[in-house]
Amino acid sequence: MADALRWQLGTVTEIHQETPRAKTFTIALPLWTAHHAGQHYDIRLTAPDGYQTQRSYSIASEPERQGLVELTVERIDDGEVSPYLHDVVQPKDQIELRGPIGGYFVWDVGLGGPLLLVGGGSGVVPLMAMIRHRVAAGSSIQTRLLYSVRSPDDVLYADELQMLQDHREGVDVIYTYTRQAPGGWTGYRRRIDRAMLKEITSQMEAGLRPYVCGPTLLVEAAANNLVELGIPADRIRTERFGPTGT
Amino acid sequence: MGEPFVSRGFFGRRRQPEQAGRIPPGQYLVDDWPVLSAGPTPRIRLDQWRFTIEGLVRQPVSWSWEEFLKLPSKTYVVDISCVTKWTKLDMKWQGVSVDTLLQAVALDSRAAFITASSYGGYTTNLAIPDLVNDQAFIAYQEGEKPLTPEHGGPARLVVPHLYFWKSAKWIQGFRLEEREQLGFWETLGYHRRGDPWKEERYSGD
Repeated sequence: MADALRWQLGTVTEIHQETPRAKTFTIALPLWTAHHAGQHYDIRLTAPDGYQTQRSYSIASEPERQGLVELTVERIDDGEVSPYLHDVVQPKDQIELRGPIGGYFVWDVGLGGPLLLVGGGSGVVPLMAMIRHRVAAGSSIQTRLLYSVRSPDDVLYADELQMLQDHREGVDVIYTYTRQAPGGWTGYRRRIDRAMLKEITSQMEAGLRPYVCGPTLLVEAAANNLVELGIPADRIRTERFGPTGT
Repeated sequence: MGEPFVSRGFFGRRRQPEQAGRIPPGQYLVDDWPVLSAGPTPRIRLDQWRFTIEGLVRQPVSWSWEEFLKLPSKTYVVDISCVTKWTKLDMKWQGVSVDTLLQAVALDSRAAFITASSYGGYTTNLAIPDLVNDQAFIAYQEGEKPLTPEHGGPARLVVPHLYFWKSAKWIQGFRLEEREQLGFWETLGYHRRGDPWKEERYSGD
C-alpha cells in the first residue's frame, strides 16, 4: 500500500473530449499498479514558486488496461485545477499524481452482484470503471446503470454505453433527464425518486449491491430510498460530492 | 526526485495573505460545506439516542439526549480540513468538550486510545492526547442551527486539528482501549493519525 502511494510523474498520452464540459485524460504511469474499479488518483499541481494544490479524480478505466489510467474530469468554471487540466494540459505533458486510493467504494467481479449503479452527472465515472471491468473480465453479473443527467449533451461515454446495450452484454443503461430530454424520449425525465428505483430494482435478482455516486442531494435521495425499499444500509456504498445545498 | 517538478503553465490561485497560514498543504478553501459519507445517512430518533463511554473505565457511563443537552457546552470556532482536500475556515460549533465527558468516568491507567463509534457502524481510532485539553468536542449545533443528519446530526465528534474523517458523524460512543484498534478508513489505507499540517493522508505518509 505504501508503495502504491508514492508520487510519480505520469505522461499524458491522449486527451478525449467526452462532452462540452468533460475531458478524459489517458495517463501513462511508470509505477502503475492495478486498481480496483471505483478508486481514484490524487493529482498535485506545483507552481514555479512552489505553491501546490491537490485534487482527487476517479479512475474511469478498468484495471485490465495495464500501465495507464484514464481520468475523466469535468470542467468547473471557477475551479483551480480542472480549468488548468482542460485549458493548458496537452498530450506529452507530465502530471504528478499518486494512487490508486480508496478501499470502500470499489467493486471487483469477485464481490459478485447483481450490481445496481446509480450515477448523477460526473458521478458516473467510477461506475464506468466498474462496468468496463465487468466487461473486460467476461463476467455475466446482472448490471444496471441508472444515470441521471441534465441533458443529452451531458452524457459521458454515450457511444460506449449504447454499444453495450446493443450487444446485449447484460448491462442495462437507464437514463433520466432532469432538464432536457432528447426528442421523442419516452423514458424518465425527473430526478431519481423511490418509484423509479422501485421499478428498476424490482426486475433485478436478489442480493443487490448498490453503488451510488453523484452530487450530495442525488446520493442522499437515492440511498435513503434504497434503504426504504428494504435494501440493507450496510450494502449500499456511496460517494458524494458537493454541499447539501441547504 | 532531484529537480522539483513544476506543472507546465500552472500558477495557482493566490490566497489572501491572512488565510494562507491557515490552509494546510495541498488543501483548497471552500465556502460551502461538502458532505462525504460511505453509505446512506442514518436517521436517529432523539428519544432513542444515547452516548456511551465504555471499555477500560471503572464503570461505563451513558447519557440520553436530554441528559447530554444538560451537560455544560461551549462555542468553538475552528478551521476544518477534509482529506478530500477542502478546508473551511471559522466553523462555529456548539458542543460538549471531550474533557467534560471523560471526567464522568474513572479511566483505567492502561487506557491510551479511543475507538469512536457511530450509529450506522462507522468507527475511527484516536489517541487520548488528541482528544483532551479542550481539543475535541461532541457538537450538536453548527452555525447556530441543529446539526443536520447529512453532516452527522444529531451529534458528531469534532477533532479540528485532524483530518475530518476523525470527526465521526452520528456519534454513539467511545471505547477506551489499551492498544489502537484501526477504524473504518484507517483499515482501508488511510493514516492512523491524520494531521493535515503533516499531510498524514494515507498510511505510509
